[in-house]
Amino acid sequence: MSDFSEELKGPVTDDEQVETSVLSGAGMHFPWLQAYVETVAIGGKRKKDFAQTTSACLSFIQEALLKHQWQQAAGYMYSYFQTLEDSDSYKRQAAPEIIWKLGSEILFYHPKSNVETFNTFADRMKNIGIMNYLKISLQHALYLLHHGMLEDAKRNLSEAETWRHGEKTSSREILINVIQAYKGLLQYYTWSKKKTELSKLDKDDYAYSAVAQDVFNHSWKTSVNISALIKIPGVWDPFVKSYVEMLEFYGDRDGAQEVLTNYAYDEKFPSNPNAHIYLYNFLKRQKAPRSKLISVLKILYQIVPSHKLMLEFHTLLRKSEKEEHHKLGLEVLFGVLDFAGCTKNITAWKYLAKYLKKILMGNHLVWVQEEWNSRKSWWPSFHFSYFWAKSDWKEDTALACEKAFVAGLLLGKGCRYFRYILKQDHQILGKKIKRMKRSVKKYSIVNPRL
Amino acid sequence: MDLEEAEEFKERCTQCEAVSWGLTDEGKYYCTSCHNVTERSKEVINTEVIPHAQIKALNRGLKRKNNSEKGWDWYVCEGFQYILYQQAEALKNLGVGPELKNDVLHNFWKRYLQKSKQAYCKNPVHTTGRKPTVLEDNLSHSDWASEPELLSDVNSPFLESGMESQSDVHTRKSFPISKASQSETSVCSGSLDGVEYSQRKEKGIVKMTMPQTLAFCYLSLLWQREAITLSDLLRFVEEDHIPYINAFQHFPEQMKLYGRDRGIFGTESWPNYDDIYKKTIEVATFLDLPRFPEITEDCYLHPNILCMKYLMEVNLPDEMHSLTCHVVKMTGMGEVDFLTFDPIAKMAKTVKYDVQAVAIIVVVLKLLFLLDDNLEWSLSNLAEKHNEKNKKDKPWFDFRKWYQIMKKAFDEKKQNWEEARAKYLWKSEKPLYYSYVDKPVAYKKREMVVNLQKQFSTLVDSTPTAGKKSPSSFQFNWTGEDTERTCFHGHSLQGVLKEKGQSLLTKNSLYWLSTQKFCRCYCTHVTTYEESNYSLSYQFILNLFSFLLRIKTSLLHEEVSLVEKELFKKKYSVTKKKSKSKKVRRY
Repeated sequence: MSDFSEELKGPVTDDEQVETSVLSGAGMHFPWLQAYVETVAIGGKRKKDFAQTTSACLSFIQEALLKHQWQQAAGYMYSYFQTLEDSDSYKRQAAPEIIWKLGSEILFYHPKSNVETFNTFADRMKNIGIMNYLKISLQHALYLLHHGMLEDAKRNLSEAETWRHGEKTSSREILINVIQAYKGLLQYYTWSKKKTELSKLDKDDYAYSAVAQDVFNHSWKTSVNISALIKIPGVWDPFVKSYVEMLEFYGDRDGAQEVLTNYAYDEKFPSNPNAHIYLYNFLKRQKAPRSKLISVLKILYQIVPSHKLMLEFHTLLRKSEKEEHHKLGLEVLFGVLDFAGCTKNITAWKYLAKYLKKILMGNHLVWVQEEWNSRKSWWPSFHFSYFWAKSDWKEDTALACEKAFVAGLLLGKGCRYFRYILKQDHQILGKKIKRMKRSVKKYSIVNPRL
Repeated sequence: MDLEEAEEFKERCTQCEAVSWGLTDEGKYYCTSCHNVTERSKEVINTEVIPHAQIKALNRGLKRKNNSEKGWDWYVCEGFQYILYQQAEALKNLGVGPELKNDVLHNFWKRYLQKSKQAYCKNPVHTTGRKPTVLEDNLSHSDWASEPELLSDVNSPFLESGMESQSDVHTRKSFPISKASQSETSVCSGSLDGVEYSQRKEKGIVKMTMPQTLAFCYLSLLWQREAITLSDLLRFVEEDHIPYINAFQHFPEQMKLYGRDRGIFGTESWPNYDDIYKKTIEVATFLDLPRFPEITEDCYLHPNILCMKYLMEVNLPDEMHSLTCHVVKMTGMGEVDFLTFDPIAKMAKTVKYDVQAVAIIVVVLKLLFLLDDNLEWSLSNLAEKHNEKNKKDKPWFDFRKWYQIMKKAFDEKKQNWEEARAKYLWKSEKPLYYSYVDKPVAYKKREMVVNLQKQFSTLVDSTPTAGKKSPSSFQFNWTGEDTERTCFHGHSLQGVLKEKGQSLLTKNSLYWLSTQKFCRCYCTHVTTYEESNYSLSYQFILNLFSFLLRIKTSLLHEEVSLVEKELFKKKYSVTKKKSKSKKVRRY
């Protein structure tokens, strides 16, 4: 199959094409004005029927895809291919990508389609215009992966990797990096399999050294393939994870830490909670000092205050010697419970109950009030309604008790949630409830003792 | 690519073993079933073999191959002639009399060539800058000297006989072959004068375009008073029964098209009713045609007959025909002078026969049912009750039932139509490219599209999509076996009419005008149609009919207004009461 590169080199000389570009001073560009000028240029003439029918055809395809009518979609697709020959050069250049997206979708689901059909289609589309070669190659490889054809996918990626055509553009360079990284990921997969194999083998086994050698080779190739990509700003979670795993395996802790730190802290990278989680987990494995762990989680707290690691964060803060950390520990707990998904998290409630008591005993009423002020308008109905009291008690008495204690501390003993739980006569929890009642009397922030 | 020329090559294809060869532009053989191109090339032995005698007539002398890549030398007007020839052939196949092609269209075309100074004249435009070798005394023999003999020319190149006529001699001589200008022009067009043609802007001369070919066809149909209306013609074009889109792909192999020819012969739109209608008048005026044969009551284009046809088409009772005839009579729309096209009259205009007939039906529906979203339904209730009680009698026409059935049928039809349009394949097998440099790219792209289509064709629903519809002037069929679709042709209008003395009156005594004021300014439209201002029934009926004719709803609305203008003008000027009482209620 030959490709169409000559077409791109040739001059764009379409007599039907209206070349208008609206540029005003200082390089400013108004897209709406452009559209307006274009309609003026064609003298308000109606769109050509070709344009009308092909755009109607496109919406029919989209509708068919939406309804999973693959055969109908294929029928319209048959006609839609003619957009590759559109006399409007702008539309003609946009056509291959649209056709690839729709066509691959149809072939992915169509009952009569198979891997072979998909391969033929992908190979054809790769060679229509050079703009899409890499993107299609990558998606083609992902399709093959999806069908468990690892070797074919790898071959595909290798082909794409070595493909050179025309000028190098920055977007193409990133694509090549992604392709290489995917190749690396596939190598990681093999490595990982080998590694488990290795762990099952006895060191004295005659096969051991051969496998070990294999493992080593793979790791080297992979690191080359992946490391280029993860230096470019972006979200590369699976790549970073597997890369770090391999570095760690070979004892290159500094290298791994550098990668993770860079991934988490480089400002050019988009904000990514996972980056901080990976770093935290790594540091934890390395038994890093508490202060370091706290500083990592502090950032995660700012991005995702409801993350399950926040409870660990709280524990770390509680154990810290610094008073500001103690205060932050309270903030973190309140923050977690602000989220609807965490309302039934018994650990969070238990921590809060305990910690509130501790803080109040430690005479830090102001801290509590500070947190409570912004929440007192909505927490009572969000957490401490009569309805919740009933349903919590029914579902999980332990949770209800913890919540009741918190409710009592924050809202006083008159609070409905607290009162409801008190009224429940429970043999085992009886003692606990009594203790709770005493504490509430003593420490509740709405205590009239003031 | 011409298959005939490759017939003598009988070897099997090395790839698929088929014996089906075509010739590529380079003269090489290729397999038509697997597109494998051989190294063998056809030796050009016989340049005289040209498949079409007509082109031969015009081309003799021009047909000098400079090399096989460039093809013949040909002029744009020859291209159009070829297309007209094909269109006339297609019309003949549709059942139109052979005179249309042989006499009428041929003569119109000759007259056009003469009027536009392209042939049959002293100084054809092609000769600019060259030396013409026209024998002046020969010209005086031309049939074109006298007007009345317009259609008497029998020596026509459109005739299959291939008889060489006097006029062909003129043509040939008036196309001088000048290779001098070839080098500059051939870069941008396959035809000799493509570049010049696309730039030509001469005042007072109607330039041939693709839509213009249809104007010629329609003029000939009108002259012959054939049973094909303009909307039928355009529908046949859309359904590919008449060559129009990509008509050039049937040009002889050696007539190469590219560059500017693309803009001249390539079309990416279907013809539009209004546009062709205007072009028809334009062409007729330009050709200075005499008054057309009269449209009398026995002609298909007479409103009485067309109304009958459209009443059948939309499943309305036959009894309505007497009412449409009445309206035709009152408005004077059935008069010969009104109907006959006369291009040399002061204001050349022709009647939109089909639109007018349909408008008359709409007016009759308004007279009977008022169509105010109210009266038609209460009349339907009466009819329904009556029909339930008297099951044996001829049923009364029930508007509601009719609406329900029509709505369903119309929606289905329209859906199918939209889907078919979306699936329409515009691109020809012969891609049009801009220059020889682009040629391989264009062909490669074509091949690519064909390959992709081949691949996807196996994935399409196996139930065939009914193939190509056979041409018919009817789009609906109500007399079939289908019991779901009641046929209303035999239903009676008794429920909406009442007897008074000798005459019948409509039960409904009200009427509303579709337009109160006609636009007097110089814009082209007489009134505007703002859908939301009108009753739903009226909207439905306009949509239904304008879909049948493939015209814009506003165009039909205008025509309805014009019919009403004629109908009620008379009513206002004559104080005496007619047999029908109609009041005008203003909305």
